[in-house]
Amino acid sequence: MTVVGVLALQGDFEAHAAALARLGVDARPVRTAAEVRASDGLVLPGGESTTMWKLMEGTGVAEAIVDVARRGDPVFATCAGVILASRRIEGPSRDGLGLLAATAVRNAYGRQLDSAVVSLTDLDRDALGAAPLEAVFIRAPKLADLGPNVEVLARRDGEPVLVREGNLVAATFHPELAADPRVAALAFAAHPALR
Amino acid sequence: MSSSPVFSSPFTSDAFRVKVGLAEMLKGGVIMDVVNAEQAKVAEDAGASAVMALERVPSDIRRDGGVARMSPVAKIREIQEAVSIPVMAKCRIGHLAEARVLEALEVDFIDESEVLTPADEENHVYKHDYKVPFVCGCRNLGEALRRIGEGAAMIRTKGEAGTGDIVHAVKHLREVTRQMKALTLLSRDEWMAAAKQLGAPFELVVWVAENGRLPVPNFAAGGIATPADAALCRILGAEAVFVGSGIFKSADPAVRARAIVEATTHWDDPARVAKASENLGEGMKGIEAAKLVEAELLQTRGW
Repeated sequence: MTVVGVLALQGDFEAHAAALARLGVDARPVRTAAEVRASDGLVLPGGESTTMWKLMEGTGVAEAIVDVARRGDPVFATCAGVILASRRIEGPSRDGLGLLAATAVRNAYGRQLDSAVVSLTDLDRDALGAAPLEAVFIRAPKLADLGPNVEVLARRDGEPVLVREGNLVAATFHPELAADPRVAALAFAAHPALR
Repeated sequence: MSSSPVFSSPFTSDAFRVKVGLAEMLKGGVIMDVVNAEQAKVAEDAGASAVMALERVPSDIRRDGGVARMSPVAKIREIQEAVSIPVMAKCRIGHLAEARVLEALEVDFIDESEVLTPADEENHVYKHDYKVPFVCGCRNLGEALRRIGEGAAMIRTKGEAGTGDIVHAVKHLREVTRQMKALTLLSRDEWMAAAKQLGAPFELVVWVAENGRLPVPNFAAGGIATPADAALCRILGAEAVFVGSGIFKSADPAVRARAIVEATTHWDDPARVAKASENLGEGMKGIEAAKLVEAELLQTRGW
């Protein structure tokens, strides 16, 4: 059986598990390095990235996430998860896990008053089709300095908000808080439930 | 300002979804009371998922008395400058102008809180009229659903703030859970009578009867002082915890804050909670909530 692990240190991990369940994908919360490594795919959810870093310190969880990504299993990151996955982080500055060749700029749209539901129309049609994609942005980061192998799959006002690099799909918004299954389906396209 | 009638259900609006969305992001975390930038930094470094700005922590309000109000604006700005995590702030119950000031300051969440001295003895803020999300306290399901009816995007127990005694947070969590379970057992014919008895909006009673949970995240607050207190709240169904006096009235706030974060995440792993509970130094002394007289209770504020 193929089981996707949802990193459940803090954040909207339950919303991710519920969204995957609607797609027929088995997902379970993972909190330890062993649980992360035992997963056949990973979700790095939304939440507070500073809290997640603190909870990963000295536990081996960060290294386990990198191992799962390097062995080629699908990784789906949203919002704070994208911050964790990025090579560099700004606001404040630090290194990320380096799964995504990009710099994540935290809180780049502003505070909660700048959070919004946006209909994205600037989409990669081969990956997502033509229908507009409803995107929930909550204190979202922006992506900068994209590496040459990073494909941009959706833009908001010209800026990348959904990208793919190999087995990693990263959304600065929250597909798990919308009914549209296209982004998660893209991230776990190789999963038996979705093939 | 919106003048839309309540019946056109603002709950499915994008504005409300974005508010509940932030509450979703705070799940599994610890929101810590802070009075200045220095404490905010300690909280963030310990792994707080958000900080709550207030003028005085509840145990000081309890000790010193007087009217407790919204935090001074300069303090809120200083806290916003100091940290990158969400900044919440408290306004007095029904204080429409404090709420508007906090919105103008672009705080990320407003706690319309019984910890401060109420500004209105009958009414709460109509929270759908604001762009910033609100959290409110409750002691039971009727109170929770009245606050959600007004537009609260997050509910927390009231507990008894500033005591370091968990007993009332437990009572309120159990009460809300018990009442939600009871609703799920009713036939449709019994829903309206239940709404009448709870003093809660009918549509929300129906939602809870059909889903068995609150339509917004359900957190715990009031009297959490140890890692095990936080784990207890999670065991009883709270999706995250607020900690007030319990951290900055303890001997080593940074260590205790970090330990409570750890226990909140690993609440179902007793060995992790045990490890987090080691070498914390002295906890806040606290006051037994059962020894308080009626006039000293903060939880009875709110209508």
